[in-house]
Amino acid sequence: MHPILFIVFLPLAAALIAGLGGPWIGKTAAKLITTGALFAGALLSWPIFFEYIAGNGQPMVVPVLDWIHSGTMTVDWALRVDSLTAVMLVVVTTVSSLVHLYSWGYMEEDPGQARFFAYLSLFSFAMLMLVTADSLIQMFFGWEGVGLASYLLIGFWYYKPSANAAALKAFVVNRVGDFGFSLGIFGTFLVFGTVSIPAILGAAPGMAGSTIGFAGMRVDTMTLLCLLLFVGAMGKSAQLPLHTWLPDAMEGPTPVSALIHAATMVTAGVFMVCRLSPMFEAAPIAMNVVTWVGAITCIFAATIGCAQNDIKRVIAYSTCSQLGYMFFAAGVGAYGAAMFHLFTHAFFKALLFLGAGSVIHAMHHEQDMRYYGALRKEIPITFWVMVIGTLAITGVGLPGLGFAGFWSKDAIIESAWASGSVAGTMAFWLGVLAALLTSFYSWRLIFLTFYGDARWAASEHIQHALHREHDDPGEEHGDSAHDPRPVPTGTGGYHPHESPLTILVPIALLALGALAAGQLFHNIFVDAERAPEFWRQSIAFSQHLAHAAHEAPLWVKLSPTIVMLIGLWIAWNNYIRRPGAADAFVGYFPGVYRFVANKWYFDELYDVIFVRPALWLGRLFWRGGDEGTIDRFGPHGFAYAVGIGNRIAYRFQSGYLYSYALVMLLGLIGAASWAIWWAQ
Amino acid sequence: MSSLPLLTILIAVPLIAGALCLFVRDEGARWIALIGTLIAFAISIYLWVAFDPNGAQWQFVEKVPIGGGVSWAMGIDGIALMLIQLTAFLMPICILASWRSIQSRVPEYMAVFMLMETLMLGVFTAQDLFLFYVFFEGGLIPMYLIIGIWGGVERIKASYKFFLYTFLGSVLMLIAMIYMVGTAGTTSIPALMAYDFPVEAQKWLWLAFLASFAVKLPMWPVHTWLPDAHVQAPTAGSVILAGVLLKLGGYGFIRFSLPMFPEASYIFIPFIFALSGIAVVYTSLVALVQRDMKKLIAYSSVAHMAFVTFGLFAMNRQGIEGAMIVMLSHGLVSGALFLVVGVIYDRMHTREIAVYGGLSNNMPGYALLFMLFSMASVGLPGTSGFVGEFLALMGTYQASTWGAIAGTTGIILSACYMLWLYWRICFGEARTAEAAAMPDLSMREWWVLGPIALAVLWMGIYPESFIRPMRNDVGRLMTRLEHVAPAGDSQLKLAGPQLKTIDAQDHGAHH
Repeated sequence: MHPILFIVFLPLAAALIAGLGGPWIGKTAAKLITTGALFAGALLSWPIFFEYIAGNGQPMVVPVLDWIHSGTMTVDWALRVDSLTAVMLVVVTTVSSLVHLYSWGYMEEDPGQARFFAYLSLFSFAMLMLVTADSLIQMFFGWEGVGLASYLLIGFWYYKPSANAAALKAFVVNRVGDFGFSLGIFGTFLVFGTVSIPAILGAAPGMAGSTIGFAGMRVDTMTLLCLLLFVGAMGKSAQLPLHTWLPDAMEGPTPVSALIHAATMVTAGVFMVCRLSPMFEAAPIAMNVVTWVGAITCIFAATIGCAQNDIKRVIAYSTCSQLGYMFFAAGVGAYGAAMFHLFTHAFFKALLFLGAGSVIHAMHHEQDMRYYGALRKEIPITFWVMVIGTLAITGVGLPGLGFAGFWSKDAIIESAWASGSVAGTMAFWLGVLAALLTSFYSWRLIFLTFYGDARWAASEHIQHALHREHDDPGEEHGDSAHDPRPVPTGTGGYHPHESPLTILVPIALLALGALAAGQLFHNIFVDAERAPEFWRQSIAFSQHLAHAAHEAPLWVKLSPTIVMLIGLWIAWNNYIRRPGAADAFVGYFPGVYRFVANKWYFDELYDVIFVRPALWLGRLFWRGGDEGTIDRFGPHGFAYAVGIGNRIAYRFQSGYLYSYALVMLLGLIGAASWAIWWAQ
Repeated sequence: MSSLPLLTILIAVPLIAGALCLFVRDEGARWIALIGTLIAFAISIYLWVAFDPNGAQWQFVEKVPIGGGVSWAMGIDGIALMLIQLTAFLMPICILASWRSIQSRVPEYMAVFMLMETLMLGVFTAQDLFLFYVFFEGGLIPMYLIIGIWGGVERIKASYKFFLYTFLGSVLMLIAMIYMVGTAGTTSIPALMAYDFPVEAQKWLWLAFLASFAVKLPMWPVHTWLPDAHVQAPTAGSVILAGVLLKLGGYGFIRFSLPMFPEASYIFIPFIFALSGIAVVYTSLVALVQRDMKKLIAYSSVAHMAFVTFGLFAMNRQGIEGAMIVMLSHGLVSGALFLVVGVIYDRMHTREIAVYGGLSNNMPGYALLFMLFSMASVGLPGTSGFVGEFLALMGTYQASTWGAIAGTTGIILSACYMLWLYWRICFGEARTAEAAAMPDLSMREWWVLGPIALAVLWMGIYPESFIRPMRNDVGRLMTRLEHVAPAGDSQLKLAGPQLKTIDAQDHGAHH
């Protein structure tokens, strides 16, 4: 048996045992089984990855079971392994196993632990099915499976209305994406006569330039298919305008945010575009759209990240923005760079989230950074790993030596410039600008949390802790108020404690990844000579673009570093040197601040143009359509007419309308029998 | 093949059991009904095993002339076989579901249910037009009695509405049947399926049959009887109504409209697609604003049945096979959802969504199964709902991209109304003390819902078991439809010299 079978199906088995058997086997057994399954998966995945790095791995498909056979449409359950899958395998199993371990500490007081671990393992299974898919429909299975797990985990604390609302929103917005994905699969089957990914990719170049009818229009075939599929990717990867669910998804427990809403699930859209890259290569217009959407999301989310006070929401918008980088990399044809950033981002973003979780743990479930400050000395290990994560995301490094984000983000920015297209050049400038904002909001987070004066006393959570009221572990709060007033300082006598080892060990391991993932692996992902040997045919790697990116002018290569330093300086100036400067800025430009802090009012807009009209139409169709029109002129009108007749025949009426009708029915059948016999 | 008249035995067993029920007390009637339905289920399983997917079109054939050219003709193909499985599978579950919730006139109730099973199985096995009509219309009587006698407060109004709609359809279908028998000179359904009626006559016949099938299915705008009937029917009545009775409409299309009137079917494709598209959007939005759980699920049924008409009239393999799987899946899933509603209705005696909430706390097993069926209803891959919907819409796309766009909005809207329902029932805090005090599923309720859950997963993970028996029959139907199958609006044109210029213009427009 191929190890991939164990990697994929052990988490499923563990999820079923922990989920269904939880009440009987107890929470410790459930936690052991699920965590064990994921660690086994991780130990099996890394050798596969190294095999492909060494060039010994061949693309292969492990069949499992027949699935849907309908005429020429055949889909089987099968697991595909190639270089691209191998990358995703290590990302998913590594982050997932560390998050499982982390949850031992983080969820220690929660009564629903067996359920939590079962959901986590179920998610890992679905994600692994997604990345090993050999057909579009199995990819869709994984796609929807991770959506379900995400829904269940966002709503894990199901007694909180805000968690339920966020879970519902995540599922529905993703379904809007799936609407496009489904139509894309239908169209792909119509054009290629198959849903097998290798077969489609083989035939895609031949379809370039063909046209097809769609909803009354005649359009370029490959552009249509790629754009429909990309709508699915936009939903899953929270790209504008389908991004609104991701920040709300922070209602879920923090380990979930790290695993699903940072490292793995949200990158599924990027993975899909890379997996189908030969299709996108045949659709230049679709590539332009991908570039624009990625670049605009990248800068848009970064602006919002600068104005959030909730530590998790800052990181959530940061994720959204980093996904934008990956998309515009894919859009300009630098699929290797997109996958590279996906790979490094998984480590440093999971690190940042888990580090934030450690801070939240220490601060008794307080999530608002305005009530943090001066935590550097109290929780030093958390502080240092968060700094490593920040150095990684802001891309600190010198030529030849750097943190993970330095390698991957620079590769993307250089590729965008090297692509030479209008969209690519725009993406380059927007990407550089977003790098400045990334540096600003990331350092702002560090400075607000770990430096300055302690502002803990004003926090309700801390007050609860001080008065020995035991908080519910589910009491993670979003920042609903955007009140710019300064918060009074003082510790209130509270002493934050460093987190237990189960929390610190996973963070430390991820910190290793954030330190070294770029340094160690940049060659195989993006190097013009080395990378084609690694990727082989699994993505449409452009050697030409990789060369051009390598030979980009010095100012292009330096620009991310320069803006990173500028962002750092602004953050330092506003939050360390002159702590009142940020508030003063908000005072000067209240409109700008409100617009950005309220997330550009997307939620309000969608409420007005989608949610309310849908409910209004539903009521209209129900009251006005069904009851007011169809029933009124249909059966009720008939009943009224019969009623008039009844008054005449009142004496003959038995009083029970239904028995009366029954006699009519029997009579009808009798008449029918006679009539058919007669017609012979 | 066995020489036993298996199909006659299959439909006789419930009839005999039903008759026996009338001679015993309540508890005895329950057990007789349960055993009777289980025997029928066992026979249907045997049929499934013994059915040869690569054999003759009609198997287990029986034919005994009754006189006047009419015969007791029975026989099934793969399509009928699967619908028989569905019916025979749901019946014992219905009896179990009624075990305690029906307390008045139990022997009569069980007898009526058994009669219903006989008539439903008769519809799927009949090979004679006359027999079919008797079973098809006769099936309404027990349903009518179940709603009218054991129903809710407004049962009279609901059964009247139910009657009125179906009655109108029946009259028109009857007239059409008389004409058909007169023209073709036979009452044999297999013979009629191969008979070519003149195109002009086909249109009228097709419309007459539509009047009956559209009401049964139901299609928009003749669906308004369904929510009322469901709301007033007892739980088991709703299960059979949604699980089997609605399938008679789809079965009618696949057995009569498509093979007997292919040209007319082709002519009316735009009409059917328009009604189906409206149904998906309209009834989904109506489902969104319902406050009564049963009404919500009833409206969702109308939306799901639109996938059936989409798939069937796409006239390609994915469409028709998808439509059949939608019918089977919807039979299981909506039946299960009505049972899920019934479980809490039995405890609280209200269907108001607003009084529940937080059931995940006190009823975790219930919440788990409800989640599974909700996910099957929204078509999550891995459940039966996905296989059917996805195939049906895939087929629709090949016939009409507009149709597929309208139909696919259903995957967004169904998620909205089902998950919102689930939220209000199972998540949050309990809104009443009674809701918070309800006990979790009893052993009997696990036996009612558990088998359906397994079937839903089986159909989602390995649908081949269900598609295989139907494959050749769908093939035969497609042969019949070959000359009229729509080409669709996609019309792929490979890049040629003259198209290059169009392409260049496109590029120009974008730069």
